[in-house]
Amino acid sequence: MTKEERIENIVKLSGTDVKKCMKCGKCSGRCPAFAEMDIKPHQFVSLLGQGRIDVLLESDAIWNCLSCMACVERCPRGVAPAQVVEAVRDTVVRAQGMNGIKAEDIPPIVDEFIPQQLLVSAYRKYNK
Amino acid sequence: MQRIGVFICWCGSNIAATVDVEKVAEVMKYESGVVYSANYQYMCSENGQQLIKNAIKEHNLTGIVVGSCSPRMHEATFRKTAEAAGLNPYMVEIANIREHCSWIHKDKDEATEKAIILVRTAIAKVKLNAPLHAGESPVVKRALVIGGGIAGIQAALDIADAGFEVDIVEKNATIGGRMAQIDKTFPTLDCSACILTPKMVDCAQHEKIDILSYSEVEDVKGFVGNFNVKIRRKARFVDEKKCTGCKICMDKCPSKKGLNDFNMGLNTRPAIYIPFAQAIPNVAVIDPEQCIKMKTGKCGICQKFCGAGAIDYTQKDEFIERQYGAIVVATGFKPIGLDAFNEYGYSDNKDVITSLELERLMNAAGPTNGVLLRPSDGEHPKVITFIQCVGSRDTSGCGKPYCSKICCMYTAKHAMLVREKYPDTEVHVFYIDVRTPGKNYDEFYRRAAEQYGVDYIKGMVGKVYNENGKLMVQGSNLIDNEQITIESDLVVLATAIEPEPSVRKIATLLTASIDTNNFLTESHAKLRPVESPTAGVYLAGVCQGPKDIPETVSQASACAAKVIGLLVKDKLKTNPCVATPNEMMCNGCSQCANVCAYGAITYMDKEFRLGGGKTEVRRVASVNPAVCQGCGACTVTCPSGAMDLKGFSSKQIMSEVEAICKK
Amino acid sequence: MKICYYPGCTLKTKAKELDETARLAAKALGVDMEEIENWQCCGAVYPMGTDEIATKLSAVRALDYAKKNGGKLLTLCSACHNVIKRTNDDMKNNEDISFRANNYLKLDEPYKGETEVLHYLEMLKNVVGFDNIKKAVVNPINRKVGAYYGCLLLRPSGVMAFDNPENPTIIEDFIRAIGGTPVSYPFRNECCGAYVSLKNSELPKKKSEKVLSSAKEKGAEEVITACPLCLYNLQANGGGILPVKYFTELLAEALGVKA
Repeated sequence: MTKEERIENIVKLSGTDVKKCMKCGKCSGRCPAFAEMDIKPHQFVSLLGQGRIDVLLESDAIWNCLSCMACVERCPRGVAPAQVVEAVRDTVVRAQGMNGIKAEDIPPIVDEFIPQQLLVSAYRKYNK
Repeated sequence: MQRIGVFICWCGSNIAATVDVEKVAEVMKYESGVVYSANYQYMCSENGQQLIKNAIKEHNLTGIVVGSCSPRMHEATFRKTAEAAGLNPYMVEIANIREHCSWIHKDKDEATEKAIILVRTAIAKVKLNAPLHAGESPVVKRALVIGGGIAGIQAALDIADAGFEVDIVEKNATIGGRMAQIDKTFPTLDCSACILTPKMVDCAQHEKIDILSYSEVEDVKGFVGNFNVKIRRKARFVDEKKCTGCKICMDKCPSKKGLNDFNMGLNTRPAIYIPFAQAIPNVAVIDPEQCIKMKTGKCGICQKFCGAGAIDYTQKDEFIERQYGAIVVATGFKPIGLDAFNEYGYSDNKDVITSLELERLMNAAGPTNGVLLRPSDGEHPKVITFIQCVGSRDTSGCGKPYCSKICCMYTAKHAMLVREKYPDTEVHVFYIDVRTPGKNYDEFYRRAAEQYGVDYIKGMVGKVYNENGKLMVQGSNLIDNEQITIESDLVVLATAIEPEPSVRKIATLLTASIDTNNFLTESHAKLRPVESPTAGVYLAGVCQGPKDIPETVSQASACAAKVIGLLVKDKLKTNPCVATPNEMMCNGCSQCANVCAYGAITYMDKEFRLGGGKTEVRRVASVNPAVCQGCGACTVTCPSGAMDLKGFSSKQIMSEVEAICKK
Repeated sequence: MKICYYPGCTLKTKAKELDETARLAAKALGVDMEEIENWQCCGAVYPMGTDEIATKLSAVRALDYAKKNGGKLLTLCSACHNVIKRTNDDMKNNEDISFRANNYLKLDEPYKGETEVLHYLEMLKNVVGFDNIKKAVVNPINRKVGAYYGCLLLRPSGVMAFDNPENPTIIEDFIRAIGGTPVSYPFRNECCGAYVSLKNSELPKKKSEKVLSSAKEKGAEEVITACPLCLYNLQANGGGILPVKYFTELLAEALGVKA
């Protein structure tokens, strides 16, 4: 896959139009995980718009985004930064050996209260 | 036999880049009835028009077709050209090969084919055209101004100063509008009331101006030069002629808990009130929802104390009808509701306020007598955070897609005034872009930042929340790529503005076009910016688009110039394209009269010869050509096809349809 | 009345009390929750990638079942509700996803989003009515209770259409109906950070503490939620600032049906 194809793929997967962004930063003003995001929500939109996906694919932020949709909810232009984050994360975990969480990581951290929902969602979000 | 000339315009590259203009002109040479066909770079230029004039004379043309831009643009131009060459102006047809063809197509072959069809269609029509002659109608020398804010006031004063009668219809109890609520004006920081109220007084004292306050336009009939307007004079329960404005009623009224609209609901007022000290007219009004007498029948204290005997609880709405030659719409704006913006905590926190509320809090005549105190506890706010673009530039469905234009400047003004008056106050402004074009405007904004130490932060606020009695403003600082939280005492939302909602009804009454944001549409964005496409209707102020006071005043004066230009004429040329009934086909059913919005159709009994010496009296339609506007509603309503429109006859339309369908 | 009910996997194991109290309360209010046959886990998180089809099929199966059995599907767990409601919206409004999902499923008749997805709270408000609940209360909850909405019920609001996403009131109205005093606090619609708690417990800790301390500051004595994941996270990572319960536990308590 060429880089252009990869960019196009992420754009398509995200289902959002990053050109609509007017660079107001409201997404990042709202993000509850801002401090933990090395690449900020508004940067996901901006960098994808510039085609600079390498920065995004290597970011730590894809593992820290809470998918809480606050950025999507509040964007005045109808852009969905969380969907860009997810599209990048999908692209990463779909690559060979790039899973964000492995089966063997689970047992040591599971306690008797952890709901199934958390394990399933972690697997859905960080694995393929 | 008609001798038709065809003139194909390139419109520079506007048409020629997409349509093979030479081919179109060439093909037209072989059309039946065409004796001359040419193409030229700019047909509307002097040379282009000369080309048309020469051709008309040299080839004895009886009709011409110009393939060019929309008839809205240059039909009048080419009609004048034809007239100058001795041809009846109604023997001109325009084939719109720009907006309808070159601008919307990419493929040159297809566009050329379509252009050929459009020109052929116009030829088919012009062959059936007959010379028409415009009539005349008188002009009523009086103007109506709808809305008594600064736009309406300025327009009325200018028209009245030129010697024409003007009525201002204002739905509120006083004129003055939004400008009366504003404390100071940018970019000079002079007091709004000090420059507005003298103009209000001028209106009241002008012998040519009649202020109809607490009134609304109920119905509009007629047309340019001859509007007939029905006005509702709402019952104010106080006799406007008797009330002296002494305000004793306000002191004595026991029902004092009505929200004071003029102060944006920040304090209360009695049930009988004068909106503000300099109100024009300086006459009280009773809020019937709040008045104890009107709700329960018991009270009547104001009546008892009114020395002028002005109180009348039984007053009813009254209607008056007046005639006008021209109408200026100046209905103004309101800040949008903030229900869809709860992230800023407006509904939960008293100390989150709109900019217009801040104007009242800063104003000497406001609820705090001009001392800036926060609404929750009356304390001095030490940290004030402004948030710009609240609801503006929002395409998510929560706000307005447009820039409200005035907010950057008034926020800079607010920030500066606060720092000027209370230097110990910290002021922050969150902005997306600071938009301050205009004379001395950017300098003004920079002064706020550079001289007054206002902290401008590029970024938008994501959330405002209350924590331990402080307003926490959490937002982006994009320059430093940070998320910051500012502990504030007062948060001011630069709220988007929208047209006053009543403008929708007025637009409908005037058949004036309105856009998806409820702004009235001007006739031409650049060249006819103060005229509505409806003849005789003019637009001033924010009803046409967001604008500040200087721009509003300019536009109002421009409107006045247009109105004066109309009212000085004794007669207007009427449109000769009017309806005419074929009396032999008319069956007297009255349907045409029912749909006529202008009252141009009446019925009469007429005697017809039936042959053999017999006669018959039948009821048939009759059109007053001075009143008919040529809208065509009657022609499509007539069940027997008896009604026809000159210049747009059924025959002409059908010949156009045939020309389009013919391969 | 009978209504198709989708419990979801967590409600059968770690969040049994949510399921049980909800059933008891519904019964007392005259609603018969009929668990749908052969339901499968919804996946617990809505996959946003536009090419995700297979991950949505279990939700579509449940929706199709409900379509044929009364037309309504009742959900209780916030996550299930979010996944099922958003998937339903895809089936209704996203031609591409709808076409491809139907291609996989080969149902007798294509599923086009016909089912109405109803959260238990919406059922209480719109089907039973808060006034009727008020009448049925035998043990009024005389406590100050903070509603925790979290993310999943509210966002994205365009699809969820649950309540005002920034100023929701449905759980406050519910608290009032069962005799409690609702405490509104600004972090009731902020994320508790639960999704990343397997990988990183610092972030969920910060977020959970913020939620609970905000509720406490405004006077809440306890916090209620509809989400097993939020409950777990607020309890495990919230520093014990306030007790956290399922809203159905308070409902069952108020109705006097708590097991």
